Amino acid sequence: MEDYQVLIGLEMHCEISNTKTKVFSSAINGYSEEPNTHIAPLDMAFPGTLPVVNKEAIKLALKASMILHCEQPEYMYFERKNYYYPDLPKGYQITQETKPAPVGSYGYLDFDCKGKMTRVRINNIHLEEDAASSDHYPTFSTIDYNRAGVPLLELVTEPDLRSAEEAVAFLETMRSIYQYADISEADSRKGQIRCDVNVSIMDKDKDPSDPKNWGTKVEIKNVNSFGGVRDAINYEIERQIALKEEGKYEEMQQQTRRWDEDTFTTIYMRSKVDAIDYKYFVEPNIPKFKLSSTWLEEIRSSIPELAPERKEKYEKVYHLSEYDATILVKEKNVSDYYEKTIALGADPKGAANWITSVILGYLNKEEMDIKDLYLTPEMLFDLMNMVKEGKISSKQSKEVLNKVLELKKEPAVIVEELGMKQIGDDSLIRGIVVQLLDEHPDLIEDHRKGKNTFDFFVGQVMKATRGQANPSMTANIIREEMDKR
Amino acid sequence: MMEKGLVELHEALKEGKVTSEELVQESLKKSKEVQEKYNAFVTILEDAKAGEVTDDILSGIPYGIKDNYSTKGILSTGSSNTLKDYVPFFTATAISNLNAHGAIPVNKTVLDEFGMGGTGTTGHTGIVRNPWDKSRMCAGSSAGSACAVAAGVYPYATGSDTGDSIRKPAAYCGIVGYKPTYGMISRYGLFPFASSLDHCGVLTRSVEDASIVVDAMKGIDKNDMTSWDSHDMHLHDSLTKDVKGMKVCTIKEIADPSMYPHASKELKEHLENFHKTLEHFKELGVEVEEVSVDTTLLNAEPSVYVVISCAEATSNMSNLTGISFGPRAEADNYIDMMKKYRTEGFSPLIKRRFVIGSYVLQAENKERYFHNAQRVRRLLVNKWKELFKTYDAVVLPVGSGPAKKFDEDADMLDKNTAVLEEHLQIGNFGGFPSITIPDGFIDDLPVGINITGDCYQDIRVLNLAYALESTMPYKNQIAKEVH
Repeated sequence: MEDYQVLIGLEMHCEISNTKTKVFSSAINGYSEEPNTHIAPLDMAFPGTLPVVNKEAIKLALKASMILHCEQPEYMYFERKNYYYPDLPKGYQITQETKPAPVGSYGYLDFDCKGKMTRVRINNIHLEEDAASSDHYPTFSTIDYNRAGVPLLELVTEPDLRSAEEAVAFLETMRSIYQYADISEADSRKGQIRCDVNVSIMDKDKDPSDPKNWGTKVEIKNVNSFGGVRDAINYEIERQIALKEEGKYEEMQQQTRRWDEDTFTTIYMRSKVDAIDYKYFVEPNIPKFKLSSTWLEEIRSSIPELAPERKEKYEKVYHLSEYDATILVKEKNVSDYYEKTIALGADPKGAANWITSVILGYLNKEEMDIKDLYLTPEMLFDLMNMVKEGKISSKQSKEVLNKVLELKKEPAVIVEELGMKQIGDDSLIRGIVVQLLDEHPDLIEDHRKGKNTFDFFVGQVMKATRGQANPSMTANIIREEMDKR
Repeated sequence: MMEKGLVELHEALKEGKVTSEELVQESLKKSKEVQEKYNAFVTILEDAKAGEVTDDILSGIPYGIKDNYSTKGILSTGSSNTLKDYVPFFTATAISNLNAHGAIPVNKTVLDEFGMGGTGTTGHTGIVRNPWDKSRMCAGSSAGSACAVAAGVYPYATGSDTGDSIRKPAAYCGIVGYKPTYGMISRYGLFPFASSLDHCGVLTRSVEDASIVVDAMKGIDKNDMTSWDSHDMHLHDSLTKDVKGMKVCTIKEIADPSMYPHASKELKEHLENFHKTLEHFKELGVEVEEVSVDTTLLNAEPSVYVVISCAEATSNMSNLTGISFGPRAEADNYIDMMKKYRTEGFSPLIKRRFVIGSYVLQAENKERYFHNAQRVRRLLVNKWKELFKTYDAVVLPVGSGPAKKFDEDADMLDKNTAVLEEHLQIGNFGGFPSITIPDGFIDDLPVGINITGDCYQDIRVLNLAYALESTMPYKNQIAKEVH
């Protein structure tokens, strides 16, 4: 490994999930477990149907183009990519080749990989339609057209990434951008993200900025998770190094392989000479149209605060640790939840503690999205207030939270049902304290000699009140009563 | 009654001289006769019902639909075995528009398979015969529509036109064929051949009827991004025979008899007749001039059409796999299923075009063929646009004479008359409004003249045709079998 450097380029496909309808038809753009329920005649390519461009999809694609510092085209065009496959009902995909011009060309993105800022150049980003999805069984296959025509953004990077870690960090940053910019849920569990990975190796001492020094490109198709991207890259690097060491690297042709999730290997599909000729030409049913500068400005100004800016705010304004801030901004839904809680008036540090230490743990365990959590930001705020106002102790509050999640009842109801009222009655606590001190004069003496027996008394009061005594009130009373003796 | 024009029929209906039911029954009866003699229909809608007669001229009057228009609940085959049992669940916008005007469809007409032919002989239900002479073709691809209108089944039938598929059959059948500016009529629901060239249009027996029908068919459609808003354009209301002061040109290299030293007798007569017709224009006060266009550019035209139309067609028809619609083929895997369906379903002519289309789009050929064809297309369109700066229309003869016999293969290009046969395709390259009307007879068989104007100048084109038609006795003529 130390003799080589690695060049990695990514093609990241991400469905745009935040449009109401598909990119060229009026069918609903939505994830559904029920197959073949979101379909318009065009999605199955019935004769005579025509594509009509979804303006919202173009807007979101342009937004992504701007975030990636790409150039936007003067005119929008679409092209046909012609090939036969059962999941492609028209026999062609409407897409944008790099010519005349896709929604974005020649940009870059700076991203954080383990604390180091890294820049990757973006060759282009383009808008296209997704294919139908198919499932294969031993004697038959099924096709689900729900996905056919869902808007898809394909992002193509230059081979600027140097390791699997960098590739994954880049993909995570992109996912965060798609989520924060309200372009897509970018959920790989729903199959919304798919990647093709290009890997080549070259000698360590050569200059990677000169394409002449590059090795032979191997494209790995259809890697559907970030973990898969990492494993596929690492496998491919080792495979290529082994070929070098065996002196067989020079024989290797430029080729396409696929990632096999069962064997954790890449499998040969075809060499460059067998590459499919897609016979691109401009889609005649979508007239080219000019992008007005006012519309572009409108889109540019609609780009919201993204994760890095929120993180900075959390550290500088809310004084959170870098660690907590990083955790909170990782998923937009979590960050939104946090911001909502704060907007209600919650203490930023307290809310951050709740989310990072308790709620995220619960979500992880349950494999759940924070959107689906029963505890709303309003409930969390109420719970934090009960502690602040001394109605319940902080220890009790954790128990309340668990019950809220378990029983799906509001915090106030749970507190009522468990009879969890904090005891703030001075005379009641004082009575217990006086009795305790009477029973243990020796410990008062120890305390005076500098030995810590104070906590023992607090503990005993808590025991006697089943944890319901207000802790700070208890401490004050013990101190007062000791001083009296 | 069915030999009459739309306005006359409408008046008869309004005055109660005839009912919609009587018209529908007459049209169905004639449909059966015409089917028997000329084989013009894929489907006759036996259960067609009379419609309410309103103030709309089209209400209650029967018409025919070319079988490449999608019609909900009615077999729509494109005259292809690949869709021989296909019953769509949505109706083409142009047809919905006509039906909203109260028009009554009575049959679906035969075409060359998916519009990809000019003979009317390649439909899956067999050849369509010319009602003037059964040994001759109607031309295509709107063969059944042209045949039925000429034979007096109804006053009009819809057509589609990718190269000359409305305007040439109109000439061969002695009727009017009009395709308006690209995008004036929505293509939603029209089975595509070559999307950048495909136009909807109509075949009628008079210019007036063509204007009435297109008024009803046209309109911007949210389902077709290439359609445009023409609600301020009233074709029928704008008709006038006063064309004094308008200017037209003809093109020497296409229409002058001196260009054809070895011309057949038919061709000579056709061109002479054409020049005689131009005299009518002069009598109407229209200036007629002859211009010259570079023959190198003109001679490139037929190949440009072949390259672009085949390229788009091969892609447009990739949806025909027999998987989700069409008669699914039985095979061991999906690739063989598709292959078998397409091999058995398409006629040899279409397959030849698919091969050409794939060839010209291949990476190693695309620049030389496809992109060059697009460049020449632009040059031709620019040349015509330049002419339209000076002239209201370009006027040319249609084809090289009357309808051809079935034993002459009209799809093979004769080098000498290729441009004469194919020049109407320039109207598709530019999306220009273009109309053919009958202008005479050769050996008792009709021939036609074409008038083509600049985009959005449909009214000018129609008025030139309307005025010219009034100087000749062919308006509303019905085919009389001569052989």
